[in-house]
Amino acid sequence: MSQATGLLYLVSAALFILALRWMSQPDTAKRAVVSAVGGMALAVGGTLLHPEIVTYKWIGIAAALGFIVGFPLSRVPLTAVPERTGLSQAFGGLAAGLVGTAKYYLWLDQGELTSFRMAVVAGEVILGCLTCTGGLMAAGKLAEVITTRPVTYKGQNIVSFTLLGAAAVLGAWLVWDPTQSWAFPVIIALALIFGVLLILPIGGADMPTVISFLNSYAGLSAVAMGFVLENYLLITAGALDGASGFVLSVIMCKAMNRSVTNVLFGAFGAVQTATQTTEQRTVKSATAVDAAELLTNADSVVIIPGYGMAVAQAQHRVRDLYDQLSKRGVDVKFAVHPVAGRMPGHMNVLLAEADIPYDRLVEMDDVNPEMPQVDVALVIGANDVVNPSARTDAKSPIYGMPIIDADKAHTVLAIKRSMNPGFAGIDNDLYYANNTLMLFGDAKAVIGDVVKQLSGDGATH
Amino acid sequence: MLAAFLGLDIIRRVSRLLHTPLMALTNAISSIAVVGAIIIAGEAHDTLSTWLGAAAVFASTTNLVSGYLITDRMLRMFKRREIKKS
Repeated sequence: MSQATGLLYLVSAALFILALRWMSQPDTAKRAVVSAVGGMALAVGGTLLHPEIVTYKWIGIAAALGFIVGFPLSRVPLTAVPERTGLSQAFGGLAAGLVGTAKYYLWLDQGELTSFRMAVVAGEVILGCLTCTGGLMAAGKLAEVITTRPVTYKGQNIVSFTLLGAAAVLGAWLVWDPTQSWAFPVIIALALIFGVLLILPIGGADMPTVISFLNSYAGLSAVAMGFVLENYLLITAGALDGASGFVLSVIMCKAMNRSVTNVLFGAFGAVQTATQTTEQRTVKSATAVDAAELLTNADSVVIIPGYGMAVAQAQHRVRDLYDQLSKRGVDVKFAVHPVAGRMPGHMNVLLAEADIPYDRLVEMDDVNPEMPQVDVALVIGANDVVNPSARTDAKSPIYGMPIIDADKAHTVLAIKRSMNPGFAGIDNDLYYANNTLMLFGDAKAVIGDVVKQLSGDGATH
Repeated sequence: MLAAFLGLDIIRRVSRLLHTPLMALTNAISSIAVVGAIIIAGEAHDTLSTWLGAAAVFASTTNLVSGYLITDRMLRMFKRREIKKS
């Protein structure tokens, strides 16, 4: 590596670290992107200076294609951000897997395959391939192309881990005897299948955690690539990513009061059939007129958004509602559960898109003590995060998960498309409670109607 | 290793508000794999490795472009309001 490249790499690594630091506050976050882009530019520039690079033709063509595909991917609606993240992780894993494969055959050809090199290549390829299919599966589940229910069968963990174990054993064998090159494609195939099996049993409600995990894997495969290519910038940047993904998943797990192993291997929702009750229970439904009246007479309203708001693209209507109510002196707050939506911080971004001031967003721990004094809790397409079973029913699969205590408000208004259970497939007692009024319909349409009532009201009086 | 510890410490301080943009940004940073891909594709040892390398360059450039653009797009939404408020 030339001196210039080394220096550029060093600056680039520093810029990445600064970028993550600046990401911690909204006011410095903009700088973070600039810094990260700068870091990447230096890294690419430094790499292009590499003396070993003899042709730029293929790099140019591939990069141009990457631009063409990447640009539209950045224009997706914000509700589709989780799917995009899954896809992007798949691409990251793919890149690692491909580089590992290329390097393996190069070394094999040149007879330079030392044990250490074989071991890191095997590690890179396994990580890269499982991240690739895992990311694709996660994207599929998030886009609801693949069933969001956990798919489970007996002995699932044993099958999955036998696969991974087999891949690792084959890898070890190759380290021992690098001439057995037939084993390499087998490792790739096993890792690819393992990625699918890893995500298959994970239910929708755990998606935020899984997405963070995959982020961590993508980082780790970059680290492995760094060892393969003896490139410390890859190791540094990959480790930063790996760490960030890991921290986010731990935060998500804490928010659901579950351990990391439980999320990955517990097949959330599998116990569910046992808890389902057959008794018919009645719900009270309300109209937009009732809702508008309730909301105007309230002093304080807490809005609890969930994925339903994202699906219905209702965030702009929510903003109108917020404007109407604030104008009347109603204190409106937004309570965002850490795992609401399909990825960490999903709701915050949507509300930000609709221009709702972020100082109106409160976190679960701060809002819960106030809930008994709140007049109306308006639940928009959220389900599991307000399910009181998490506090009361020890048999419920979500028992012990911290929730927003919407049921403690004087009145609960819940907007929902139907009585179908939510993404995680768990029945919600909140909807049957005495102080709950249901507004059935598409969140956007329902809130639109309520806003119309409110503004009409204002005009006649 | 040092980077991992630094990372752990830094991420823990990120406010919940910004988790989604943070993930998008780390996604973009993970496209650092482009560095490795460029080296493989550029060495042009044989057809197989060049093709694999080029495919890897494609995959990580896609990440790089979409990752940064979407992070920027999301952050602009958080930003805009601050200007309005002040």
